[in-house]
Amino acid sequence: MKHIVIIGNGIAGVTAARHLRKLGDDKITIISAETKYFFSRTALMYIYMGHMTLQDTQPYENWFWEKNRIDLIQDKVESVDYSEKKLLLASKTEVSYDSLILATGAKPNMFGWKGQDLDGAQGLYSYQNLQYIEERSHLIKRAVIVGGGLIGIELAEMFLSRNIKVTFLVREKSFWNKILPNEESAMINRHIFEHHIDLRLGAELEEIIGDDSGKVKAIKIKDGEVLDCEFVGLTAGVSPNIDFLKDSDLNLGRGIKIDQTFKTNMPDVYAIGDCAEFEVPLEGRLPIEQVWYTGKMHGETVAHVIQGEEKTYKPGTWFNSAKFLDIEYQTYGMVLGQLFDGQETFYWEAPNGKISVRINFSKETMAVEGFNFMGLRARHEVCVPWIENKITLKEVIENFGAANFDPEFYKKYEAVIVQQYNEEYPNDRVELKTKKGLFSNYIQKFKRFSLTERSS
Amino acid sequence: MPDLNKVDPSIDLTSAHEHQDFSVLSKVAVAIMVIGFLILSIAVFGPGAKYPKLFLFSSFGAIAFGSLAYTFLTYFLSPSGVKNNHITTSALTAHGWLAWIMAVGLTGFYVIHYWWSHLFENWYRMMDPLSFYVRGKQTEDWIFYGVLYTFGVLIMGIRAIVKYRHSRYQIIRTCMVIFSQFFLAWLIPSLLVYFKEPEAYVNYFWPLSFKDGFPLHFQSLLQEPSIMAKFLIFWSLGLTFIGTPILTYYFGKRWYCSWVCGCGGLANTVGDPFRQNSSKKLISWKIERWMINSVLIFIVVSTGYIWYVAATAGTLKINPADHYLTKSYGFLIGMVFSGVVGTGFYPILGTRVWCRFGCPQAAILGFIQRFFSRFRITTNGGQCISCGNCSKYCEMGIDVRSYAERGANIVRASCVGCGMCATVCPRGVLNLENGPREGRINKPVSLSDIINFEEDK
Ligand SMILES: Cc1cc2nc3c(=O)[nH]c(=O)nc-3n(C[C@H](O)[C@H](O)[C@H](O)COP(=O)(O)OP(=O)(O)OC[C@H]3O[C@@H](n4cnc5c(N)ncnc54)[C@H](O)[C@@H]3O)c2cc1C
Ligand code: SF4
Ligand code: SF4
Repeated sequence: MKHIVIIGNGIAGVTAARHLRKLGDDKITIISAETKYFFSRTALMYIYMGHMTLQDTQPYENWFWEKNRIDLIQDKVESVDYSEKKLLLASKTEVSYDSLILATGAKPNMFGWKGQDLDGAQGLYSYQNLQYIEERSHLIKRAVIVGGGLIGIELAEMFLSRNIKVTFLVREKSFWNKILPNEESAMINRHIFEHHIDLRLGAELEEIIGDDSGKVKAIKIKDGEVLDCEFVGLTAGVSPNIDFLKDSDLNLGRGIKIDQTFKTNMPDVYAIGDCAEFEVPLEGRLPIEQVWYTGKMHGETVAHVIQGEEKTYKPGTWFNSAKFLDIEYQTYGMVLGQLFDGQETFYWEAPNGKISVRINFSKETMAVEGFNFMGLRARHEVCVPWIENKITLKEVIENFGAANFDPEFYKKYEAVIVQQYNEEYPNDRVELKTKKGLFSNYIQKFKRFSLTERSS
Repeated sequence: MPDLNKVDPSIDLTSAHEHQDFSVLSKVAVAIMVIGFLILSIAVFGPGAKYPKLFLFSSFGAIAFGSLAYTFLTYFLSPSGVKNNHITTSALTAHGWLAWIMAVGLTGFYVIHYWWSHLFENWYRMMDPLSFYVRGKQTEDWIFYGVLYTFGVLIMGIRAIVKYRHSRYQIIRTCMVIFSQFFLAWLIPSLLVYFKEPEAYVNYFWPLSFKDGFPLHFQSLLQEPSIMAKFLIFWSLGLTFIGTPILTYYFGKRWYCSWVCGCGGLANTVGDPFRQNSSKKLISWKIERWMINSVLIFIVVSTGYIWYVAATAGTLKINPADHYLTKSYGFLIGMVFSGVVGTGFYPILGTRVWCRFGCPQAAILGFIQRFFSRFRITTNGGQCISCGNCSKYCEMGIDVRSYAERGANIVRASCVGCGMCATVCPRGVLNLENGPREGRINKPVSLSDIINFEEDK
């Protein structure tokens, strides 16, 4: 019986532990500093807004761990001794391992802004960050958020729920414009204004100004404007949490360097989740993947690798989702702010300016390559096979209903989308073929299609 | 290209970046509502009987106005979307002191209503003007209760519509719930009485309305000379034996539990602020299965037994078993369970305690839903972020997340199809669907298989 130790009880580490238990009888220990029990980091905002308690965000009841013989230690790992195969914890205890999984997650980026360490300036990543904000909330009249990304807008929404004024500094000319194309980005700008958030586009933080007691009292923007505030949220992205691993022979880049099987350069040491960096990324994927489902898949795969089973990491076609205040966003295939070479785009937006569909396709073959949906839910099971099987824009538009995942009775837009297509491509007119609801036949068709493709 | 920063000022209720605070107005609205309840309380000590119209209109009017104004200020002034702020911190919705006061108050109300209803005499007299107008008769305990019930469903139904107005499923469903309570369970029975027909709550039938399956019920309806009585027999038997299996096959149990049933209607309107308090623990699920199926077996066996007794005696007329069972079931299930615990404990145990643990109708519908229906909640590939909103707001205590995060469809006997899990999911993962039964229950083993669309293993 081996002793497998996992550092970090986030989604990556916990998924690894669960699969290891399914596959074998080894002793499994998870050491994590933040909370004793695993919770969903993605739900931090809902704890603050009063939608859920910390307990509600925990996917497993507390008895789960003992029942599955997964030992939990709440402590901080100070250092790793790779040659002796043991860990030193903050409580000065030592834990030895046969296999070690590093799943230490990420931490908010700090770009060396002046005043970034003042009391009242911090990011949003951990449960401790959340508690810190909670404790100060009653003192905050205005919060400034620096960095227009997914965590920034969640933080803005959190403050709105407490009637705290929010000023939102976004360096780009439009919200999250590196990832969101202009139209979607503009839609979110409008929606942010609709919520009375003071959105400053193209605005950069110059410095954070403190008072005598070391508390935040104002910020200065690059154009010289000074804004009074009691809190500064630093949400300009995250980076791997690997500081305690530095100064050793472990191969580090921006993250912990790994091969396709999550092995590091040290024997029996693996890295997964937000802290890992692929030496050679898979085609169409980034070297560091910092989203929920990749953490899950890393964990699942590494468990098989450690148990010596055949299993390759196959994250498939890129997808993701988020929510900007009240507007949901789903994406399938890589869609960024700019089109890739040789791509063209089809974009439809509802008159209310809150719902849109974007389909990027190859100019040459007309095969669809990526989707963006705002305010409209779309079926993963349909969109991704469309991309992988290189289905043409025309066929997708005709059968768009198959992708519609909106709840029953929602307004359907298939017909207007066909109409717009016909206006834009008058020489290649289409008829609406698949309405929503007849989905399963269609799914079956594409499933079979994709399976034969793969096996041949 | 459109102007990126364009914002139409006409949609702004307030100036550009000012975040308006309506907390003072909201407090005034709550105060008006509380005054309404105070007037209602005073009425029961005498004045209600003396000045019926004054007390009837001022109390119900103030309650309606105050709560609707509060609804408007809280939910309508911001863009439509999920509005569950402060639910886990409010004293009312998170087991705080207000919740306990309300639970004690409601439970006390039910206890008096069942066992000492004469104490509410003045309320009944207050209600007489309305009762004579609609039913042509004076008010009795259940008539008063029916008006309160319908009023609650109406006002809190409007609240639910405003709160969940970003979801057309919720809007349409709530309209139907209000319609069902107002017409099927209140106006039609009242008019039946007005026209001297047998009173019948046409949205209830056996086994929930257990008496509808007992011989005595047939005896009394068959005695009536009117066509309506015959029709009511046909209606109730039709719903039990034809309507239930067919509709449940196509739509799942939701056609009844969250579109038609009055208990469900009350839970989804008056009880909506408390839906999150249902227990999600595995142990609760175990208890639930034991209890609800025991109640069902009890009803089926006892109904069978009474028919056996009636058959051997050769008459539908009242027999001791009928009498005894009607009484004890009525007491234990009808009163203690569905009323005192089921509704009285809304703020503590969540809204569907009765539907989940005790309702025989739900048991039958659930059985059909689980094994013979086209209904399921579909999970959208790998999009789930395990946040837990779906589980938290499931009134039936289903741990929806545990399915969604595995990419498994949700096919559960207890799901009433309220659709709230899909409404609150921030990632568009869940969808209530009726479709072919093939592949309805999937058992994916790994996320990697799901997102690569490989066959379920
Ligand atoms: C506010 C927020 C919202 C998000 N929303 C989404 C979303 O909607 N969708 C999405 O796909 N992704 C989202 N993400 C990203 C997602 O949460 C992460 O990708 C994911 O949680 C990473 O999981 P992990 O297991 O790699 O690491 P983590 O969840 O970070 O877990 C690492 C754990 O290791 C512990 N640890 C680290 N070092 C040590 C040490 N030396 N000793 C002991 N313990 C240690 C940490 O305390 C932490 O608990 C969000 C992130 C945040 C912060
Ligand atoms: S299904 Fe939706 S609400 Fe439920 S846990 Fe997943 S993301 Fe959250
Ligand atoms: S699973 Fe969803 S639809 Fe079913 S009862 Fe729970 S919240 Fe309602």
